[in-house]
Amino acid sequence: MFEYFIRRIITLFLTLVIASIVIFVSLEIIPGDPASYMLGINAQEDTILALRKELGLDVPKIERYLMWVKGMLIGDFGVSYTYRSPVIEMVSERLWVSLPLAIYALILSTFIALPVGVYAAANRGKVSDLSVMGVTQIGIAIPNFWFAMLLVYLFAIILRWFSAGGFPGWETGIFFGLKSLTLPAISLALPQASILARVMRSSLIDTLNEDFIKTARAKGLSYNQALVSHGIRNALIPVLTIIGLQFSFLMAGAIIIENVFFLPGLGRLIFQSIAQRDIIVVESVIMLLVFSVVVVTFIVDIAYVIVDPRLRSSIL
Amino acid sequence: MSPIINKRKYFHSGFSLSFWVGLVFVLSIFFLAIISFFWTPYDVTSLQISNRFKTPSFTHYLGTDHFGRDILSMVMVGAQTSIAVALVAIGIGIIFGLPLGMIAAAKRGSFFDDLVMRFNDLIFAFPALIIAIIITAILGAGAFNAIIAIGIFNIPVFARVARGAALTQWSKEYILAAKVAGKGSFLISLEHIIPNILNILIVQATIQFSLGILAEAALSYVGLGAQPPIPSLGRMLADSQTMISIAPHMAIFPGMVIVITVLGLNLIGDGLRDYFDPKLRS
Repeated sequence: MFEYFIRRIITLFLTLVIASIVIFVSLEIIPGDPASYMLGINAQEDTILALRKELGLDVPKIERYLMWVKGMLIGDFGVSYTYRSPVIEMVSERLWVSLPLAIYALILSTFIALPVGVYAAANRGKVSDLSVMGVTQIGIAIPNFWFAMLLVYLFAIILRWFSAGGFPGWETGIFFGLKSLTLPAISLALPQASILARVMRSSLIDTLNEDFIKTARAKGLSYNQALVSHGIRNALIPVLTIIGLQFSFLMAGAIIIENVFFLPGLGRLIFQSIAQRDIIVVESVIMLLVFSVVVVTFIVDIAYVIVDPRLRSSIL
Repeated sequence: MSPIINKRKYFHSGFSLSFWVGLVFVLSIFFLAIISFFWTPYDVTSLQISNRFKTPSFTHYLGTDHFGRDILSMVMVGAQTSIAVALVAIGIGIIFGLPLGMIAAAKRGSFFDDLVMRFNDLIFAFPALIIAIIITAILGAGAFNAIIAIGIFNIPVFARVARGAALTQWSKEYILAAKVAGKGSFLISLEHIIPNILNILIVQATIQFSLGILAEAALSYVGLGAQPPIPSLGRMLADSQTMISIAPHMAIFPGMVIVITVLGLNLIGDGLRDYFDPKLRS
């Protein structure tokens, strides 16, 4: 167990190091110089050089990479080329939109999908199961940004229950903040909930065929009692993995959805920074996303082993 | 011979109804896309501002957009772009991913195997869309770069699936027989492993096809896909967004084409998987 834990930590660390190199190298080859972009086409050669020096762009690339990594380790992500404000401030400001959005969507998706999946599994083969599965097939096929547009049309334009986009800020109160994140969260959650419901269903069906369910029934439990107290608990393991994986989909999916609803989140920040060649911001945001994906996967892997003692013997 | 095996001799009886529904969906969109190479009801590059925001009618079956272009014609060409991008991206995934997976399986446990698996983990650490955005940021927006962006993500997917499926084959008796017969790893992979994992690869290709269509739509929605004047479903949706209150039909039809294609592909994928592996049938 301990050895496995150490091995996973080393892999985690190596993945992050290589990811940071890949991100740095690939963004360095983006054509366009931030300094000449900021100064416009009429800028003098020596002004550009001076600005490059001021931004620290004249330093050799390897040194700049090391500085970037060293900075991130102590929480200093550098200074944005375009806005001259610390990247960490810009990112954490945006994170307060993107992270609540992803968590909101994850909660919605989990709370919808699990009961639906259990219901379908308990009624497997019946019309109700088939129709639920049909709806989830459609849910998977719908692009979330299109679904978002349809939600805007229905709830913001026709019914006028929600605003079509924008974010009032958390200082206006949690209610208004959450309200403006509701449509985005629903549109992000739909495809994820459809996938999760299918996983829950098939995992529960597999579990219900296990011998321990027969034992529970023989012991005198009713079908529903056996399903609730033995089936669901054991079926949750694959479901947990998918929930962990979905976190990364939600963070990335938020990039598109933030564009639909004009939310000032990380996604909008990435697009804006790419357009302005504000490379240091792009690098830091992508590194942050990769970091969150890798760490969530790590936590899920470890949680897996803790939850299911059967797995321990296979890894030792 | 058991009746189940007899039944599967008949070509179609092994497929579920949903498979056929999916096939009809996909073939009808393919049909529209292929026709668009030769003919569209209207020219997609001609702008007729006086004719804009027309709702569906007998002259324009799906209405017109904010420039007076015929939406049916645009959807046809847009579907063609989406399908082409997703197909070529699968090609990239198979051309690079399949050999990687096959070599990793043939040399299982070796340094190369480890390297391939770690490379897979690395790519999976990046959300697919982030890879696509970085690549299009480096290379510039356009259909060709969208193909590369989606294709790169397909490489580890096929490598992993091919490796996993090949590993099960390598442990089987007939491979041992082939080894005894004096065949090398390369010949065994080519002549025995690949034909026997082909079904798994086909199912995966169908899944990647539908994911590719969705990814292309998302990329062109944020302006990183095919550039104007080439119509693309994602950009049609982006254009329609600000006009959804006056012309909702502009948003509905391109979206439905995406949903029908992706739904059809997923149904085909599920149907094929059940057909190839009857054990999974519930």
